[in-house]
Amino acid sequence: MSVTEEVITSEPVKTHRVAETLSRARELAIVAVILVIFAITTIKSPGFAHLTSIQQVMTNASLFTLLAVGETMVIVTRNVDLSVGSTLGISAFLVGDYFTHNAHASIVIAFLIGIGVGAFCGAAIGLIVTVTKVPSLVVSLAALYIIRGILNIIGLGIQIEPTAIPLSFQKIGFETFAGIPWIFIIPALVALGVGFSMRSFRSMRELYAIGSNPGAAQLAGVPVARRVFTAFVVSGSLAGLGGVLFLSEFATVNATAGSGYELLVVASCVIGGVAIFGGSGTVIGAALGAILLQIINQSLVVINVSPFWDSALAGALILVTVSFDRLLSNRATLALRLKGSAARGN
Amino acid sequence: MRKQSRAIFEQLGVDIDPNRKAKGLSVADQQMVEIAKALSKDARVVVMDEPTAALSPEEVRRLFTVVGNLRQRGVAILFISHRLEEVYEICQRVTIMRDGSFVRTDLIGDIKIDEIVRSMVGRDLSTLFPKTVIQAGAEVLRVERLTREGTFYDISFSVNAGEIVALSGLVGSGRTEIARAIFGIDRYDAGSVTVNGKKLKGSSPLRAMHAGIGFVPEDRRQQGLVMDFGIDHNVALASLGRLSHGLLLFRSSEHALAADWALKLRLKYGKLSDEANTLSGGNQQKVVLAKWLAGEPKLIIVDEPTRGIDVGTKSEVHRIIDDLAQSGVAVLMISSELPEILGMADRVLVMREGRLAATINRSDATQELVMMAATGQV
Repeated sequence: MSVTEEVITSEPVKTHRVAETLSRARELAIVAVILVIFAITTIKSPGFAHLTSIQQVMTNASLFTLLAVGETMVIVTRNVDLSVGSTLGISAFLVGDYFTHNAHASIVIAFLIGIGVGAFCGAAIGLIVTVTKVPSLVVSLAALYIIRGILNIIGLGIQIEPTAIPLSFQKIGFETFAGIPWIFIIPALVALGVGFSMRSFRSMRELYAIGSNPGAAQLAGVPVARRVFTAFVVSGSLAGLGGVLFLSEFATVNATAGSGYELLVVASCVIGGVAIFGGSGTVIGAALGAILLQIINQSLVVINVSPFWDSALAGALILVTVSFDRLLSNRATLALRLKGSAARGN
Repeated sequence: MRKQSRAIFEQLGVDIDPNRKAKGLSVADQQMVEIAKALSKDARVVVMDEPTAALSPEEVRRLFTVVGNLRQRGVAILFISHRLEEVYEICQRVTIMRDGSFVRTDLIGDIKIDEIVRSMVGRDLSTLFPKTVIQAGAEVLRVERLTREGTFYDISFSVNAGEIVALSGLVGSGRTEIARAIFGIDRYDAGSVTVNGKKLKGSSPLRAMHAGIGFVPEDRRQQGLVMDFGIDHNVALASLGRLSHGLLLFRSSEHALAADWALKLRLKYGKLSDEANTLSGGNQQKVVLAKWLAGEPKLIIVDEPTRGIDVGTKSEVHRIIDDLAQSGVAVLMISSELPEILGMADRVLVMREGRLAATINRSDATQELVMMAATGQV
C-alpha cells in the first residue's frame, strides 16, 4: 500500500452525500406517492382530475406547508416547536380584531401584525429555551397552552365575522394566479426561499451542525444559542403569517383557530424526511409531506372512505417512511464504510 | 441483590457502594461495575474493548489486578488494546489485525514489540516520536493564576511559539478542564488568559478562535466531529466565516479547503463528501486536526491527540504536531500516555488534584519523575 497513490485520488467537485441522496430520494418518493394517490382517486372517481380538486388540495395544504417550513428549521437543530397551532390562532384572531376595529384597515399592516405577533411568540420561546436550557418540547408545550389560554381570555365568546373582513383581503383566500390559489403561492415561495437558504447559507449549515452534534458545533465556534433562537423566531413568524392566511381563507375566526395543527405539522416534517432528533431533512421534503397528508385526506372523502381512516393512515405513513429511512441510511453508511476501507488499501 | 453485588465487588477487590448511581462514578469505577455485571451472569468469556483508554496509570493497575483474579477463576479474557506495553503485561497470546483482517497470532513470548508494530502497520515505522528540537520563539499563551472553584486553582504557565508543552497528570486532575477554560467553553472564577499579548475577555469558543486558538478535544465522537457531515463540511465547519461570501456559502470553496488539508495530512478516504463516521479513528482525528489547522491557529491545544488510534496513524499525528511546532505554532498537549509526553514535549507541566504540581524540562523528564509529581510523592 502506498500512501501517495491513495492521497491523490482526485474527484469531481460534484458530490453526493448520503443524507442528501436520501432526502432527494425521499422528495421524489413523496411526489411519486402523491401522483399514485391522485391516479387511484381519479380512477375511482373521475371527477377528481379537475382543476378545482387540485386547487382544493393546495388550499388545504397551504397552512401546513407554511408551518412545516418553520418547524423544519427548529427540528433540524434538535428542538421542536409545539406552539405553532396556538400562535397561528392568536395571530389570526388579533388580525381579525384589527379589521373589526379599523374601518380603513390596511392589508399590509394586517400582514405585519400577524407576522409580528408570531415573531414575538417565537422569540419568547426561543429565549426561554436558549437561556434556561429547558427542553424545547416542554417550553413549547407550555407555550401551546399559555398562548391558547390568552386567546381564550381575549376571545371569550367573540366570533369575528366575514362582514368585518375586507373583501380585497379575503380574495387572497380564494383567488388564483395562473390556476394556483394565492394562498398556496405564498407558502410555496416561502418554502423555495428557505429551502434555497438551507442549502446555501452559512447560518443554515450551522443549524444542521447544531442538530447533529451540539458539542462539536459549539467547539467549532458556532453561536448555538443565537442560531436556535433565530430558528424559533422564524418558526413563530411563519405561524403568524399562517394566521393571516387562515383569516383570509375562512374570513371568520374564534378562539379555537389552529387547535391541533402542531402535531399535523410535526407529522408532515417527519413524513417529509426530517429527522426528529435533528441534523437532517429538508424544507422541501417537509412541505411535500404536508401536501401528501392533505391529498390523502381529500381523496378519502372523494372515494367515500370514512374520514376516520385518515388519522390511522397518517400514523401508518409515519411508521413506514421512518422505518424505510432507517433501513436505507444504514445500508448507505455500510456501503460507504466498505468503500472507505477498500480505499484504505485492502 | 444488593448483597450479591457487594459480594461481587468484594471478590473484585473494589470499594464501591452498590447503592450509588452509576452516573456519578468515575470511568474506572463504571468499568468495574461493567465487569461485576459480567461476573454476576457467570460469564466464562469477558471481552474488554480498550478498557484502559480512559484510565489513569493507578486505575490501570487496579484493573489489571482484577483481570488477574478473573484469569485465576478460569475466565477467558479477550483484551483489545492499542497500548502494546499493556499487552505484554497481561496477555499470554496476541492476535494482530490490520484494516479488518487477521494478520497473525503468536504467544507473547515469541514476538517482539517492534515485530508487533510492523505487523500492525504493514511496514517499518521509522519512529513513533519524530520530535525536532527547535529554538522556542516569542510567548504566545500566558495563563495567570487561573482558578475555577472546585476544579483547578492558581494555574500559571506560558507556551512559546514553536514549543510543545505537555499537560500531564492523572485523569481527573483538571487537565482537560484547564484547556476548556482557556478555549472559553467553561467559565473561570479568577485569573487571566493572554494570547499574543492580548487578554481574552469573557469566555466563548468564538472569541478564543478569533484570538488564534484551536482546540482538538479528547472525545472525537461527542465533540470533535459532526459524524453525519461529510469530511469537507467537517473540515470547513470552523472556517465558515472566512469561507462564506456574505450570507452565501459555496460548496466548491469548502471542498477545496478540505482537499488541500486532506493532502497535507495524508488523509485516507474515498470521497471528500463521505460522512465522517465512515472513517477509521485515526483518519477521523486527522479530520479534526484539519478543521483546526485550516484556521491557521497561533496556539493549538490537543487533548489526548492519539487516543484510540492505530500505531501507524499515531506516529503520523505526532509528525503533524511536530511540523506545527516547527512552523512556529505553540502547542499545548494533554496526554495520559507518558511515552507520548516524554517523546514529544519540550516541557512537562504536571497537575495534581487541580494544582500545578511540577514543571519539568525535556532533558530532566522521566516516567518516574512525572508519575511521582502526579501522585504527590515529591
